[in-house]
Amino acid sequence: MSDALINLRDVTFGYAQDWPVLRDLHFRLDAGERVGLIGANGSGKSTLLHLIVGLLRPEKGAVEVLGMVRRREEDFHEVRRRVGLLFQDADDQLFCPTVAEDVAFGPLNLGKSPREARAKAHETLEQLDLTSLEDRVTYKLSGGEKRLAALAGVLVMQPRILLLDEPIAGLDPNAEARVTELLAELPQEMVVVSHDAAFLSRLTSRRVRLANGRAEAA
Amino acid sequence: MFPNTQVRGPSGARKASAPPVVHCIDVRVRILAALALSVVVATETRPIPLAGALLAAIAATIAARVSLEPLTHRLVSLNLFLLLLDACVAVSTPGAVLLSLGPAHVTREGIVYAGMITLKANTIVLFLTTLLGSIEAVDFGYALERLLVPQKLTRLLLFTVRYLDVLHREYGRLSQAVAVRGFRPRLDRHSLRTFGYLAGMLLVRALDRSERVHAAMKCRGFTGRFHPLEPATLHARDGAFAAGAILLAALLVRGRWW
Repeated sequence: MSDALINLRDVTFGYAQDWPVLRDLHFRLDAGERVGLIGANGSGKSTLLHLIVGLLRPEKGAVEVLGMVRRREEDFHEVRRRVGLLFQDADDQLFCPTVAEDVAFGPLNLGKSPREARAKAHETLEQLDLTSLEDRVTYKLSGGEKRLAALAGVLVMQPRILLLDEPIAGLDPNAEARVTELLAELPQEMVVVSHDAAFLSRLTSRRVRLANGRAEAA
Repeated sequence: MFPNTQVRGPSGARKASAPPVVHCIDVRVRILAALALSVVVATETRPIPLAGALLAAIAATIAARVSLEPLTHRLVSLNLFLLLLDACVAVSTPGAVLLSLGPAHVTREGIVYAGMITLKANTIVLFLTTLLGSIEAVDFGYALERLLVPQKLTRLLLFTVRYLDVLHREYGRLSQAVAVRGFRPRLDRHSLRTFGYLAGMLLVRALDRSERVHAAMKCRGFTGRFHPLEPATLHARDGAFAAGAILLAALLVRGRWW
């Protein structure tokens, strides 16, 4: 037990046998912190985020999130409600026909009534200044709009912690500026994966580099 | 069936100040009405009710202000196909010979039978176009779900609608990737193998994508059950429309059993 929001201890994980991506890794996110995660392609940055929300399970080591060690699928149901993960590819996240339906998907899963879910979705889109997207069809959005709509789908769950997987990759300068500004104003603790040093220094308080399966201060 | 999956709302009909009545009717009622009328028409064997059904279908098409151009297109291709079928039916049905063309004998019964098939097919296509033609794929999926079609099937439809475009772009990227390296399709082993790789890679990527989509859904609290966002309410006009459809179907089958 510790008072860290996220605490990974001695975590080892590999997609193939005898070839771990992460080896005896330690990673910690404390209250009030925003951590930038850097590292070469394939160094395990996305893997680390997926381990935190239980989409992947470590071969060895402990995943402690919000004060509890999480092991089983049921343990992670609560984690996923309180830790929002923004995927690298927004097309993976936006699966509903319209933006409003997609943003309301999370609240519906939490047992909200359709009316409440719709209201919450509307409220979130309003906060992000995205009400113009509400009735748009998700696959007709531009890359930047998709990223913002996916972010709305995450924020509507009112997560305590945000995990952002390359939130500005592939965006044009305008869209990048808009997403950056939006993220900078959010109150949550974050773990942000990015290759963009300027973006990370604006958004995060501390940088961690993944190399050879381990995390080190950068 | 799905004229335009990009924008939701009435389409397939000409823009007008007030939408045709049929567009305001609950999609479930429209599906059931189309189903009932199709079955009645398909099983009818008497010419008078069939002619009546065709007239009703034409009247419905006009009332729904269905765009003429796509409809003509659809009817022409249907009837070209039927022509082939009619020719076969006309010479293969035994009966009183009207005309002999070498070994083929056109019979009176054959002509009547072929005419009935043509009549029925056109009537059903008109009914389907009018009742279902303006439904968006997405609304169609949700309506089927509410009609107790298994969620596994309806969600397949909905996910297909959503990801067809993504897969199509993926295929576009892959085929561009082979084109920029000088690939010209020919009928040889190399071309066939290349197409095999393309199809295989597309499948692998689709599988990967589906896993990522599922992961993203789990992150938002998905545990295997979908919850509808739009409440399903039936209005008085839906009831009136259903009553009209039932009345029409009853009129058509009148005298068949009683």
